[in-house]
Amino acid sequence: MQVNDNKEFQPLIVAFCCNWCSYAGADLSGTNRLNYPTNVKIIRVPCSCRVNPMFILRAFQRGADGVILCGCHPGDCHYTSGNYFTRRRMTLLFSMLDFLGIERDRTRVEWVSAAEGAKFAATMNEFTEAVRKLGPNRRLEDLRCRKQ
Amino acid sequence: MQRIGVFVCHCGTNIAATVDVKTVAEALGHEPGVVISQDYQYMCSESGQNLVKNAIKEHNLTGVVVCSCSPRMHENTFRKAAAAAGLNSYMVEIANIREQCSWIHKDIATATEKAIILGKAAVAKVHLNAPLTAGESPVAKRALVIGGGIAGIQTALDIAEAGFDVDIVEKNPTIGGKMAQIDKTFPTLDCAACILTPKMVEASQNEHITIHSFSEVTDVKGFVGNFTVTIKKKARFVDETKCTGCGLCTEKCPMKKVPNEFNMGLDNRSAIYIPFAQAVPKVATIDPNYCMMMKTGKCGVCSKVCSAGAIDYKQQDKFIEQKYGAIVVATGFNPINLDKYDEFAYNQCPDVVTSLELERLMNAAGPNGGTLLRPSDKTHPHKIVFVQCVGSRCDDSKGKPYCSKICCMYTAKHAMLIREKYPDTEVYVFYIDVRTPGKNFDEFYRRAVEQYNVHYIKGMVGKVTPRSDGKIDVQASDLLANEQLHIDADMVVLAAAIEPDKTARPLATMLTTQMDTNDFFTEAHPKLRPVESATAGIFLSGACQGPKDIPETVAQASAAAAKAIGLLVKNSITCNPCVAHSNELMCNGCSSCEKVCPYGAITYIDKEFRMPDRTTAVRRVANVNPAVCQGCGACTVACPSGAMDLNGFSNSQIMAEVDAICK
Ligand SMILES: Cc1cc2nc3c(=O)[nH]c(=O)nc-3n(C[C@H](O)[C@H](O)[C@H](O)COP(=O)(O)OP(=O)(O)OC[C@H]3O[C@@H](n4cnc5c(N)ncnc54)[C@H](O)[C@@H]3O)c2cc1C
Ligand code: SF4
Ligand code: SF4
Ligand code: FES
Repeated sequence: MQVNDNKEFQPLIVAFCCNWCSYAGADLSGTNRLNYPTNVKIIRVPCSCRVNPMFILRAFQRGADGVILCGCHPGDCHYTSGNYFTRRRMTLLFSMLDFLGIERDRTRVEWVSAAEGAKFAATMNEFTEAVRKLGPNRRLEDLRCRKQ
Repeated sequence: MQRIGVFVCHCGTNIAATVDVKTVAEALGHEPGVVISQDYQYMCSESGQNLVKNAIKEHNLTGVVVCSCSPRMHENTFRKAAAAAGLNSYMVEIANIREQCSWIHKDIATATEKAIILGKAAVAKVHLNAPLTAGESPVAKRALVIGGGIAGIQTALDIAEAGFDVDIVEKNPTIGGKMAQIDKTFPTLDCAACILTPKMVEASQNEHITIHSFSEVTDVKGFVGNFTVTIKKKARFVDETKCTGCGLCTEKCPMKKVPNEFNMGLDNRSAIYIPFAQAVPKVATIDPNYCMMMKTGKCGVCSKVCSAGAIDYKQQDKFIEQKYGAIVVATGFNPINLDKYDEFAYNQCPDVVTSLELERLMNAAGPNGGTLLRPSDKTHPHKIVFVQCVGSRCDDSKGKPYCSKICCMYTAKHAMLIREKYPDTEVYVFYIDVRTPGKNFDEFYRRAVEQYNVHYIKGMVGKVTPRSDGKIDVQASDLLANEQLHIDADMVVLAAAIEPDKTARPLATMLTTQMDTNDFFTEAHPKLRPVESATAGIFLSGACQGPKDIPETVAQASAAAAKAIGLLVKNSITCNPCVAHSNELMCNGCSSCEKVCPYGAITYIDKEFRMPDRTTAVRRVANVNPAVCQGCGACTVACPSGAMDLNGFSNSQIMAEVDAICK
């Protein structure tokens, strides 16, 4: 996170992408040269259901301003049912985070297929803007972890 | 502490133009554990790989990070290189600084900063990598082909040729697909039946090929080399083994008012039917929706006339289960439904037909024995208007965004055939663009224009209105002359867009393969792996992957067969070692993981533990079968004790990546 008087706030966005659809979708938006902000950093996971809520909490604790989780469309999960777990699990987690003061707009689940490069880029642009509007995450950030 | 080597690739200018690779290499060189950090023009080239190999040997590296293109591109390349230098291939991690950095960002400073962060995350991960060894699993030496169009037939023939057993599952009573309905084929104008039916017969006679017609796949389990598939053989109320295909029943059946789907509903068939004379298998099928015996219990004519005693009104659906090493999808396409296109009066006027209906109208085995007559009054049409791109290249929700690819050519074919046979018939073609990129295709189209005087008009058809005098008013614009036209047509032919078969989507779900937004199957790589799906062991053949004409379909069908054969010749395949495992000391045997595993890979074993007081106790703990686990990681998150973890994507590895990115 950097806040600068003359520069706009640059949120740090962590994106978890499942290997089979969304990571490939992200690659496709690269191949098609569709821009999205450098704020977004992608972590590859085998399936969206591999994302433990702990990873998301850890990201917020370490100063991420937004976390997005991308997987295959419902019904299309490479492992048949993984994204259904994701959907239910993240609904719960996000409402708990909301309760803790991590606004809904800082967290998101999006289904992006391997063919949806344009959707991936559009989603990342939108999401970054939404988080930028919210400003830095101060609720869960552990100041002891902040880089000097 | 690991000894890590970092290798930053320029990818020519693909990366180097927007990411300052020297700075990245320099910055990553200061990360803990990194003993060497280098950049190079093309890391994937032979000399690039040698650079990696030499560094591994020279610096005794225990881990490698390559900052380059997507791991989906070259992870394997670098894993192999590492293995060749004596390093376990799973000690290699890729930082994707091309697709996910240099190609999408323009500002060098921020792109370089991001590349460094992605590199750091990979370094942090590799610190926690452990050498993995892949197990082996056997390959069932049998292939399944789903769909019996020209694509499926060609794939099956090629696989059988290599000596492997192959089953074709076709949902219709006969194989052949759309090609069996086509009259002549572009660009050579040879007759479709003459080139297709010998192949159908060859497939039915080949000792390695089993055809399950009138059948569907209802369940797929397992993984590459080891699929277990359930096939539903739908009841056709005729014993396939007894029916000789004589056709007497179809003649005697009193119920003759059933729309004939093979002729696109342009004429009728009987309730017991054989789709067409060259059907394979040539076996009758009873349509229970129309059969009077089934509906009222009175009739039974077919069973009386059948000398083979093949009729069985009580036949039930039958399910068979079979193991396969490889699966090829060849489910083809269908023209879209034109109900939404009111402007073309398709539903109001019988003389407005689709191109596929025209194929039947012109076919010698079609409803009029090959004489082109208007469906409404069976008169000879003197003026025919063709409308191109109906539902293709459409931005609205009615149509499809893509080009259906085959319509320009088959319309040129239709126009030419009509002008050849009926020189007194005038033919107009309204087009947006004529697209003819294919061997001898443009020559073919030009022949239609120059030799056969087909009127090609660039412009759109606005409205088609049937008139009371039997003519059809076609209102259109001529974009080049910039004028509005009215044509009194006798027939209108719509080149309807094509779309994947409706059963393809549920099939993709069963096969866990990906589809694009239009429901065409997605290939593993658009350029380099065009006939494989991203799911190992599942291959794509024909128009189910995208619009294709016959030559392209056959080429892809043979390519898919070659890939399937490449798999079937192996006795065993190496499994993915990135599987789950539970820490027996932490596992409390709660069964949470077992419930979420989609593959049933988790069982429980009783294990003896030594207790602090030196006694032993037996506890139930989770045990993952590494040959069955596919590595999704569902169990790792479900586990309340943190006992379950995933090789290659462990909790600590992903946490380390998060930390590196957020630092
Ligand atoms: C009007 C028209 C004219 C054409 N003219 C020409 C031409 O002149 N020259 C040319 O080169 N090409 C032509 N084509 C294109 C040609 O028809 C296709 O290239 C070809 O048929 C594609 O073959 P396929 O096997 O992939 O698909 P299909 O022919 O569609 O075969 C697919 C088969 O799979 C079966 N199936 C589908 N889903 C399932 C399932 N879930 N389970 C089991 N079975 C299933 C279907 O019943 C079908 O038998 C024309 C197309 C049209 C519409
Ligand atoms: S990772 Fe776990 S849930 Fe997924 S297949 Fe393996 S054992 Fe089953
Ligand atoms: S969920 Fe965890 S604790 Fe429960 S049985 Fe599975 S590995 Fe053991
Ligand atoms: S593999 Fe993409 S969500 Fe499961």
